[in-house]
Amino acid sequence: MTLHLINKTPSESSALRDSLSAVSNGDALLLIENGVYAAMPAYAELFTRLPGSVQCYLLEDDAIARGLKDLNQDFRAIGYDGFVELSCRYGKVVSWF
Amino acid sequence: MIFSIVVTGAPYSSQASASALQFSRSVLKLGHTIHRVFFYADGVHSGSALAAPPQDEANIPSEWTALACEHDLDLVVCIAAAVRRGVLDENEARRYEKSGHNLSPDFTLSGLGQLVEAGILSDRVVTFGA
Repeated sequence: MTLHLINKTPSESSALRDSLSAVSNGDALLLIENGVYAAMPAYAELFTRLPGSVQCYLLEDDAIARGLKDLNQDFRAIGYDGFVELSCRYGKVVSWF
Repeated sequence: MIFSIVVTGAPYSSQASASALQFSRSVLKLGHTIHRVFFYADGVHSGSALAAPPQDEANIPSEWTALACEHDLDLVVCIAAAVRRGVLDENEARRYEKSGHNLSPDFTLSGLGQLVEAGILSDRVVTFGA
């Protein structure tokens, strides 16, 4: 199982779309840096076809730094310690940028 | 768990180096170890000892240096990526007949073999891209 790390907005690069096409059952997504913009409600449609077993997270520090509120409820906000714990829980960490 | 970290973004151009720094601090705080931090492509600028950002801003290169001293980290800068961007240690400055060198003494210039070795010896490799 893989932790997919996305650090770009959906409009800035194909990183998010590419990662979504590579996600498998039991994987997780973590939005960091500009990637957190993908958790804005306007982008919710992008995530509707994900398998239910895929957990979605966002790095809260980066969302706060960008003043983002009322984000997609399917994303759980975590800090850097949570990021490290996820890296341990999943066998590989794949960065898309 | 043993981590290695790869940074490919330059400080002040992308968030990669700052994110990697915060991630590394959490890794160490939670009792894991960092086998190596490998700076590749534009990431090599984190190794410059001459970066002089305003005093009220984070000095990312010196924060790496401080973390490395505290935890005895192996900070490796890709030599091919570094010399073409003007990040040189004393040896390379001599080899290319340059008037000065700027690699911080806490960083080492080395080859991609160090990244391969880090991948083999670490449980996790986490890349912070530009």
